[in-house]
Amino acid sequence: MMSTSISTNELSNIKLSMLRPKWGKYVQALFILALALLIFGPLLNLLIWSVAETWYYPHKLPLTWGFKYWEQVFGSDSDVYSSLLTSLAIAILTVLVCLLVSIPAAYALARRSLPFRAAVMLIFLLPQAFPNIAVYMNVARIFYYWDLNGTILGVVLVHTVHGLMFSIWITVAAFSSVDPQQELAARNIGAGPIKVFFSVSLPQAMPGIIASCIFVFLESLDEFTGTFFVGAPEITTLPLLLYTASMEGNYQIASITAMVLLVPSISFMLLVDRFIKPEMLSKIGH
Amino acid sequence: MLEKRSYSVVMVVPALAIILVFFIYPLLFSLHSALTDSEGNLSLIHIYKAFELYSKDILFTFLIVIISIFLIGVLSITIGGLIALSPYKRLVAALSFIYRWPLFIPFIVSAQMMRTFLAKNGLMNNAFVSLGLLEPLDAISFLGWTGIIFTFVWKQTAFSTLMVSGAMAALEPTQIQSARNLGASKLRILFQIIIPQIIPTLGVSLILSAVSILSVLSVPLMIGTGSPTMLTADMAFRISSYGDYGTANSLGLISYLFAAVLAWFYLRHSLNTGIKK
Repeated sequence: MMSTSISTNELSNIKLSMLRPKWGKYVQALFILALALLIFGPLLNLLIWSVAETWYYPHKLPLTWGFKYWEQVFGSDSDVYSSLLTSLAIAILTVLVCLLVSIPAAYALARRSLPFRAAVMLIFLLPQAFPNIAVYMNVARIFYYWDLNGTILGVVLVHTVHGLMFSIWITVAAFSSVDPQQELAARNIGAGPIKVFFSVSLPQAMPGIIASCIFVFLESLDEFTGTFFVGAPEITTLPLLLYTASMEGNYQIASITAMVLLVPSISFMLLVDRFIKPEMLSKIGH
Repeated sequence: MLEKRSYSVVMVVPALAIILVFFIYPLLFSLHSALTDSEGNLSLIHIYKAFELYSKDILFTFLIVIISIFLIGVLSITIGGLIALSPYKRLVAALSFIYRWPLFIPFIVSAQMMRTFLAKNGLMNNAFVSLGLLEPLDAISFLGWTGIIFTFVWKQTAFSTLMVSGAMAALEPTQIQSARNLGASKLRILFQIIIPQIIPTLGVSLILSAVSILSVLSVPLMIGTGSPTMLTADMAFRISSYGDYGTANSLGLISYLFAAVLAWFYLRHSLNTGIKK
């Protein structure tokens, strides 16, 4: 009895496996096609809006196409141009502040001799683990008394808090992978600790540090909520300009601003495999 | 040794100070403002007011978060599972290339795309009408709760799938091979071998997604219809229109608690499975 039931089971398995590949392939291809349409549809839509000079209901596509709005946007006296410069300045300053404080901190944390190491690592995670809008409202309230509202410094500080998680965690991982034997060897042949740091440890950690800078840069460039509370109306970054243009119904300007923001996001997405290994991501949560 | 230790402490202090002054202090400030009355005494008056005015929006926000992370979870397991198990190399390559496009696209850019894509006469409805799938008069706007969920799922699935499929790639390939040799179907391999092992990663990615959904202001402002709306939009409104920090911070406290409940569920689950092992 037992053996017959197994053999029918096997038989049906064989039958199924003969049938399944074709169906499976079509179903999978269909799923991927649907996913592609859903992912690229909105992107295509943005692209069309950015070159639509006139487009109104009930026309399914723009009536006149052209680069009129692009010329307007990239004219020397346009808002987009000055917000782009503000955004870049803030992002670069944020990266610098993050580097300045996280290289020494990460070097110390990677050496593991630090008391309460795990707790300190968790503290840097907090800004990403809390719904942070309520924090930003209060930062704005505190900055009001410190005269930091509406200043570049205020916005840079808010972005730094958010970016530190990336710069600390990735830089710690980068310094942890430096072989301590090499540092020891350098010390033994008479190099001082500072010389060892700059000629042995730092160069080896460099790829990780660069990856962390890209993360911080993107975070800062794309940040909306914190800048909305702390920076507006004096500081207009690209995301704030996008928001204002969109709320005013100025979809061409909003779409072009969005496309400017897409350039770094998509380039980094295409390169992401070189910077973070999926195996490293899988360690999170264990 | 002691000297070495104190050097390490000095090196960490500046970074730590930034978090303490510009994050922990405002966080405590927000809790204080939510839980005290105008005299500075401990009181739940703002919390009551928040529930009285915004109970509908609190429910709305929770539903949006739950539905979104459910869909993100299902999609990232489907995509990750296909990448791990599908025998069709070309399809897998296409899928891995496609799913990650939204990974680093800012929420505000996604919101702007959806604002025009999902509108009543937006590109999506126009495409359906042109294909004959929809009568022009039946076209409805998806701006509102469906659009908000669509935007969050669109943006956040890439991140969750990247983590999930990384965890799947890190599994021991011999396990799957031996299950296959014993005649297990692909679906059974996915549900009984792969998913139980990647639950911790999936949990973390979904909690981080829930936290971002609870933090994003631009999406409800740009895709929402105004009422009901999400708590982030209510907080911004409370402050810009009334300067009412008490109620706004109470809503903030409610969103912290919601994130904390999700994290607690996750921790309880992972501790349980840890004990079983």
